[in-house]
Amino acid sequence: MSHRGPRVLRLDALARVEGEGALRLTVNDGTVAEARLKIYEPPRFFEAFLVGRGHYEPPDITSRICGICPVAYQMTACQAIERACGVTIDDQLAELRRLLYYGEWIESQSLHIHLLHAPDFFGCPSAVELAREQREAVERGLRIKQAGNAVMEQLGGRAIHPVNVRIGGFHRVPARAELAPLAERLRRIQEDAVETVRWVAGFDFPEASCDYDLLALQDPGRYAIDSGTPAAMAAPDSPGSDRAGPVRRFAVDEFEQHVVERQVPHSTALQSELDGRRYLTGSLARYAIGGRWLHPLAAEAARAAGLGDPAAGAVVRNPFRSIVVRAVEVAHAVAEALRIIDDYEPPPRPYVELPPRPAAGCAATEAPRGLLYHRYAMDADGALTQARIVPPTAQNQAAIEEDLRRVVQTRLDRPGAAATDEELTALCERAIRNHDPCISCSAHFLDLTVERA
Amino acid sequence: MTGRVVVIGMGNPFRRDDGVGPAVIEAVRTQVPADTVLTVSDGEPVRILDLWHRHDQVVVVEAVHAHPGQPGRLLTLRADQAERAAVGSASTHALGLGETFALAAALDRMPRALVVHAVEGADFTLGVGLSPAVRTALPELTRRVADSIRKAHRTLGRAGGDTADGGPHKPP
Repeated sequence: MSHRGPRVLRLDALARVEGEGALRLTVNDGTVAEARLKIYEPPRFFEAFLVGRGHYEPPDITSRICGICPVAYQMTACQAIERACGVTIDDQLAELRRLLYYGEWIESQSLHIHLLHAPDFFGCPSAVELAREQREAVERGLRIKQAGNAVMEQLGGRAIHPVNVRIGGFHRVPARAELAPLAERLRRIQEDAVETVRWVAGFDFPEASCDYDLLALQDPGRYAIDSGTPAAMAAPDSPGSDRAGPVRRFAVDEFEQHVVERQVPHSTALQSELDGRRYLTGSLARYAIGGRWLHPLAAEAARAAGLGDPAAGAVVRNPFRSIVVRAVEVAHAVAEALRIIDDYEPPPRPYVELPPRPAAGCAATEAPRGLLYHRYAMDADGALTQARIVPPTAQNQAAIEEDLRRVVQTRLDRPGAAATDEELTALCERAIRNHDPCISCSAHFLDLTVERA
Repeated sequence: MTGRVVVIGMGNPFRRDDGVGPAVIEAVRTQVPADTVLTVSDGEPVRILDLWHRHDQVVVVEAVHAHPGQPGRLLTLRADQAERAAVGSASTHALGLGETFALAAALDRMPRALVVHAVEGADFTLGVGLSPAVRTALPELTRRVADSIRKAHRTLGRAGGDTADGGPHKPP
């Protein structure tokens, strides 16, 4: 890979710097025996250094885990601590939180769609070439993303690692008038968001299917982002089927009984199984589990984009089409953010006091990349005695490895010229980017080792 | 609308030498005209594109990682050189700085003038504080950045009457 030679390397968010992935493929007699994705997972360090800190600190500390989805960490940490304290934040404070979270969805999903994922569908090595070829679409994507930034800056105090969030609510809540310019901005990009769905729906999608269980939060009546209970849709009986499978639900307190993490020798990240099965979280899972509760505008965009009828429980299992589902989610987030601003009345106080007590609490929310789970235990003074963080990328790792195995096998099985390592690398990068794991941020990130026996 | 002088300190103070950009921003704060826009960035490309307008003079300061490296060495790049640095970059986080400039160029969003002052870092591990090599280079790096800022103000001063798109004023 080029990065062994001279290069200028940007080092960014605290926990992401080692985020380059490495993949080892073992091919025996034309059969992929194993695909091992090596990723570096920083939340483990955070679990250790959260112990002994105050119960008000996890939102600020865990937001540092990710420069792209700090709000997901903040919202999940807040809810887990609040449950331990026996307090529920509702009404306008909960709505304001949701507004902030939608800002992050808008920003993160449109970054992935336009700058990271779309170049794959045009054979462009990066967003720079895409911007030359598809300038209008990239400009549109940047407008959408900037509106998401604006939401995060307004409510979070700044766009990266927001500082205005605290357990119990916010340090400061906005007046109605302060949100008016945001609404104006969101209104201007609403059509852009729908147009983006149309744009990505026109891409060419390779045939593929992920026949795994799909795990997302379900909150009947709402396309869950920060509420609801974990719900798992079983893998289809026949491979490649898009029919909805049976759904089983469990309380978030039982999360660790269902989702079991185990160590694997090839990665510092733990791998998860859901009731002993391979599973996937993220956009495809959310669409399958909660699609019927999408905002009507987003649901209509989904139907027009050929994703089936979400109201009738449509399921999309082709990981290459995740870009379309992400675009639908952006349209949903924009519409919902507007609704929240329109209905907004400043809450009587910016936050609720949360006196500590010796207890434990857990929570799960939907980060852009998938379900994120936190659990904390504290003593009577509020000092944390335990912290547990299960991020979406670790949960998806086994599914991504299976996708990689399949996509490479399909290529090896194709008659004609043998695949070069270069071609396989590009193919694998695409397969990984389908799931928008943290490591996919890089335009060229993969060190590929192919062992051919 | 006339241009501004925008100074961007890139980097993460919690990754030791990567924090040199923000450190320089603090160091020049008392040395430059009050209307200088001093800002820091984590490197996220779209947010960077938002930090300047096309008619601005932009000064970027950051730490770089080179192989083979010479920690503490100072580099100054013009816009076209910085753009070319995109080749072979492998940022873990969206796009590298060079790609950000290349993206800006592809979208006609480059500022009127751009200069990048960089120092080669030695230590990008977790934690605060600069390595000895970078700490030693900090005063000279700061001096270069302050010089570029003053030069940019002089250029803007001479370029009064520009049109909003950054081009020279032409009679209708």
